[in-house]
Amino acid sequence: MKKIINNVDNIVDEMLQGAVKACPTLVKRADGFNVLVRKDQKTDKVALVSGGGSGHEPSHAGFVGLGMLDGAIAGEVFTSPTPDQVYGAIKAVDCGKGVLLVIKNYSGDIMNFEMAAEMATAEGINVSNVIVNDDVAVEDSLYTTGRRGVAGTIFVHKIAGAAAEKGYPLEKVTEVANKVIKNVRTMGMSLTSCTVPAAGKPGFEIGETELEMGLGIHGEPGTHREAIKSADEITTYLLDKILADMSLENNQDVALMVNGLGGTPLMELYISNNKANDYLVEKNLNIYKTILGNYMTSLEMAGMSISVLKLDDELKELLDATANTPAFTQF
Amino acid sequence: MKSTELLLLLKDISNTIIDNSEMLNDLDRAIGDADHGINMRRGFLLVLEDLDNLTDKDIVTIFNKVAMTLLSKIGGASGPLYATAFMKFAQVCKGRDEIDSNLYTEMIGSAIDGMKMRGKSDAGCKTILDSMIPYYKTLETEIKKTNVFKELSPLALKSSEEGVEYTKTIIATKGRRKLPW
Repeated sequence: MKKIINNVDNIVDEMLQGAVKACPTLVKRADGFNVLVRKDQKTDKVALVSGGGSGHEPSHAGFVGLGMLDGAIAGEVFTSPTPDQVYGAIKAVDCGKGVLLVIKNYSGDIMNFEMAAEMATAEGINVSNVIVNDDVAVEDSLYTTGRRGVAGTIFVHKIAGAAAEKGYPLEKVTEVANKVIKNVRTMGMSLTSCTVPAAGKPGFEIGETELEMGLGIHGEPGTHREAIKSADEITTYLLDKILADMSLENNQDVALMVNGLGGTPLMELYISNNKANDYLVEKNLNIYKTILGNYMTSLEMAGMSISVLKLDDELKELLDATANTPAFTQF
Repeated sequence: MKSTELLLLLKDISNTIIDNSEMLNDLDRAIGDADHGINMRRGFLLVLEDLDNLTDKDIVTIFNKVAMTLLSKIGGASGPLYATAFMKFAQVCKGRDEIDSNLYTEMIGSAIDGMKMRGKSDAGCKTILDSMIPYYKTLETEIKKTNVFKELSPLALKSSEEGVEYTKTIIATKGRRKLPW
């Protein structure tokens, strides 16, 4: 294992300290917790909290800031954060208007976030949650019942975050978040494995000339393996799987996200995006916005995912709203 | 069993998990992200530290402390599930200073209920419940014939092992089968 680390036990703590030092005007650490909150926290609005295992950076702390999240919890690498940490985040950001928890659909995340929600509810904090399950690859995975939550989560952060920023009440912010979840689909693929630092060896083996379709962001098994093929073929395969799961009319406005898993250069993401844009146009869809970059990663895994979000006027307006966070800025 | 014996038992359990953490990682690697042992080891190393500070405490305090440590240190799905079991132990033991076979049976039953609720799972989903439920059922049946734990325990363990074997024959609804490559 070759990684730029000091001590395996201090990875999450040192990463969070470094993240704050990178953007000290945007985020700060919630005292005593593996939680980043907005520097200008506790504005008078519904607060958004998300989180999960570390290793998916910039998710989720990179999306803390104006127009997106108010707090993000970082668990151990690929391991859901614990209820006391989630509860700490809820307490740190609640300003009396209620807190929405954005949870990716993994059994561990759901259990830990639900226990935290129970603790906060017992204290009179109004907590609601949404479960993101955008991955069309597999119905059930190691960690989930139903579909996994992957890169589509960023759209939930962006759009529900904008709704909260506009002053919508908790019930309405939750409704908007659920609308995004209902309309977003993602599928990913990978070329290489990745190594959880504490494990010291790769989570799985994959041949030099193989790719795996549909695997999860923790390296959970996908749908199948096959010989490596061209960017265009990979891109159209992923989009076909996604579109087959959506009902889209001609000229439907959609948002497209081309997401890198951490080890794939932007150059390759642009090559994929070139095809993705053309292919969606061929399918008579209108690409309202394209978002491209490393947003929901899987340590050093080489690979990518594509997400498509079906848009209506409300979602478009919220997607266009201002955001100023370490990993996503839009003015 | 009084609290001093309970502490010894918990020490034994913790050491067993810690000593086998690499095996747990390897089992996890076959289907997932190879960190189950890492997480369990992190939690139970801290339980071991707790035990030293619990020598004069009652069994409810001991169970609650272990529950909170597991809950706040393991994470993932294992943390809440193991913590829930220990929380249920504490609830059932309230007002008692000794665990006998009857109370033990009640503890296991209650832990199963809690884990079913927390994990939204049940028998037949290819989870730890498929080992615990037969274990509990045998305790519940056999305790009518004998309440001597040394006689009860091997029978219940046998049912539990049969439960483990049974999981090899069923399809996971909570987990995911290893794919054929």
